Amino acid sequence: MNFKGTANIPRDEMKGLVERFGGMWNGYTWIDQTTYLETAGTDALDQLLFIEAERMANGLYDPEDCESERTVIISELQGGENDPDQLLDQELTATAFRAHPYRHPTIGWLPDLRSMTREDLYGHYRRYYVPNNATLVVAGDVDADDVLGRIERTLGKIPPGVTPARPSIVEPPQLGERRLVIERPGTTAYLKMAWHAPAATEPDFFPMLVLDAVLTGAKGLNLWTSFRGVPPQRKARLYTALVERSLASSVSGALVPTTEPFLYTLSMTAMQGVNLAALEAAALEQIERVRTEGVTAEEAARARRQLRARFVFENDSVTNIAHQLGYFETVTGPGFLPDLQAKVDAVTADQVSETARRRLAPVSRTVGWFRPLERES
Amino acid sequence: MTIAYARGLSPVRTVLASGAIVTVQEASMTPAVTINATIQAGGVFESAQQNGVAFLTGRVLDRGTANRSADVIAEELDERGVSLRVSTARHTSALTCTCLAEDFDDVLAIVLDTVRHPVFPAAEVAKRRAETLNSLRQDQDNPAVRAADVLLELLYGSEHPYGRRAKGTIDTVTGFTRDDLAAFHRARYRPGLLSLVIVGDVDPSHARDRAARELDGWAGDAPADAPLPPPPPHDERRESVVTIEGKSQSDIAYGFTSIKRLDPRYYAYWLMNNILGQFGLGGRLADNIRERQGMAYYAYSAIDPSVGEGPLLIRAGVDPGNVARAVAAIDYEVGSLGAQGVTADEVAQSKQYLIGSIPRMLETNAGIAAFLQTVEQFNLGLDYDRRLPEHLRAVTIEEVNAAAAELLHPERAAVAIAGPSVPSDGA
Repeated sequence: MNFKGTANIPRDEMKGLVERFGGMWNGYTWIDQTTYLETAGTDALDQLLFIEAERMANGLYDPEDCESERTVIISELQGGENDPDQLLDQELTATAFRAHPYRHPTIGWLPDLRSMTREDLYGHYRRYYVPNNATLVVAGDVDADDVLGRIERTLGKIPPGVTPARPSIVEPPQLGERRLVIERPGTTAYLKMAWHAPAATEPDFFPMLVLDAVLTGAKGLNLWTSFRGVPPQRKARLYTALVERSLASSVSGALVPTTEPFLYTLSMTAMQGVNLAALEAAALEQIERVRTEGVTAEEAARARRQLRARFVFENDSVTNIAHQLGYFETVTGPGFLPDLQAKVDAVTADQVSETARRRLAPVSRTVGWFRPLERES
Repeated sequence: MTIAYARGLSPVRTVLASGAIVTVQEASMTPAVTINATIQAGGVFESAQQNGVAFLTGRVLDRGTANRSADVIAEELDERGVSLRVSTARHTSALTCTCLAEDFDDVLAIVLDTVRHPVFPAAEVAKRRAETLNSLRQDQDNPAVRAADVLLELLYGSEHPYGRRAKGTIDTVTGFTRDDLAAFHRARYRPGLLSLVIVGDVDPSHARDRAARELDGWAGDAPADAPLPPPPPHDERRESVVTIEGKSQSDIAYGFTSIKRLDPRYYAYWLMNNILGQFGLGGRLADNIRERQGMAYYAYSAIDPSVGEGPLLIRAGVDPGNVARAVAAIDYEVGSLGAQGVTADEVAQSKQYLIGSIPRMLETNAGIAAFLQTVEQFNLGLDYDRRLPEHLRAVTIEEVNAAAAELLHPERAAVAIAGPSVPSDGA
């Protein structure tokens, strides 16, 4: 709804505001934050600041626009459901959490999307879109003092609101393995496993990040780009154990920096003819191996080197630099981003082994199967 | 924008004695280098019976060479945080990766070794073939992929290479042996068909010298390629529906065959497509289908003029109960743009957008490398980034309208729908 017109930007004029500067704009919402990104020539700076100020303070939420956006988002949700991997991920997350709001998919559940009102949306907007709950990042060929002056004249005029509190819901400890099976028409079987993971600011986070690199290859920490494409993983444990042995056609791991403890998720696509129980057993054999035997110093060193390279690659544009500054300021607070490399460098093989033993315990595991049902031809 | 682009690109291009072309662009935004080795070894160079051999060759290329085992390559790349991707398109196969500047010499050596000396170990062929078959089965379950595949077949037929799928079919791929891949490699991986582009924090003469050294002694003439046939002419509308039960959404693919990249009308077609299905969230198509009717999360068009007459594809994903309404909306936008043309404002806005977005296209090393590969493929000139705005500015509204009038006729469109047969109880 925040792309659909404001008090000072008629709806029909939204389109073209950034484009006339050759720019792109986009936005996404995930479990901790909503991010708006614009990249354009430096002559667009005042325009971009004006748009963000309008978005912060003057969104219209026209009732008719709310109705048409409702069906657009339902279409987005249905498009996601077409992908068995995404469907399984959603159900796995909902199963792994009992109480914490991280159990809800960011896009929402279909019945809620159908019933939420314009007032629900506008209430959320007014509660969270206040300057004291936002971080603005400007990166590029600009002078910092000049930019700060321009910001003062635009966003600086918006008065602060009540700082919204985060929901204070603590996920109770998991007492035993949870499982789910989705059976739907399809051609391919998928397997996912998740364990409760440390928040980004917990001491376990960086050993866990190195552990993920040992198991599935280092992705880096940029949600905007690094999780697209395949990481360097041909020597990673799960790749060699599952893909090289033709049990799975792909394996990936996801440890995302979050404000509160989220999940460490492994995702596998089963090879045709390999049943899910066999794939699960092979994956768990590797998990138990890393829990009991730990990782070697060489593996930890390779993982640290991979992460060092990925941190360079994921900051290769002004868009990515701005994204990373804003992401970590919002999700972890200040001071986290500059220390990433040092924190990775400080991780030892022993810490990784100990973290694996504790964090990948069966008791905090959730396992999800997508079992395809044959279609009638 | 990028440091490289602020001054305009300044690529250094060298043709080696073997015919291989090396182009280097220095860019020091990050201490990293992108390597993009593109070979004219895409799907158009395979027969219909061997559909998918270019793709599978690419999948096994980096799984063992005469000098390095698959394990050694894996070790050397993983150690450096490098993921090497091999992507196969209609005309080319491209090996691309990014490495730290300090690893450039070593990684370049691996990339060019895999281009020159792959041995296609039988065990690796078997594994990657099985993975490709798995991926083909996943595609069968994917309405977006199915709709696009069926549309290309409707547009080009199974005899034209553009009508075939890069990955091949379950039948063709099942039969491939290491000898098929080795034969395709011998025929197409030749120095005169290689364009190597290197972009990043590296001295251009050093990069060129290293590339020349790694390619030293490589010989073999570039084969003379038969010209592509024109796409079959169609004066009637064609529609095809693929039923995939158990899905929540239907995918629509709608399109036409367009023009070649070097056609003088290229820039007018580009602007026309931008107005139809790109500008803002997806041009006129998204204004109608997404913004006014709230029917789809995405609705857009993409045009791909290539060596041959590439397609203009319109895509939308909608509730199964809304398919007819969405196709009618596409027909309306296509028909009215074709019959009534565009406005002067639309042309001015799209020009401004496309010209202004050139620096963003060149924001990353990988973006610059892809741009320079297009420049090389179509011989556009090393200063093309600076001449491109002029090409766009020169297009008149009459030329855009002529492009729309030539192409956009709903009665000649091909339409493919993939999704469940029974409308969901959706919105």
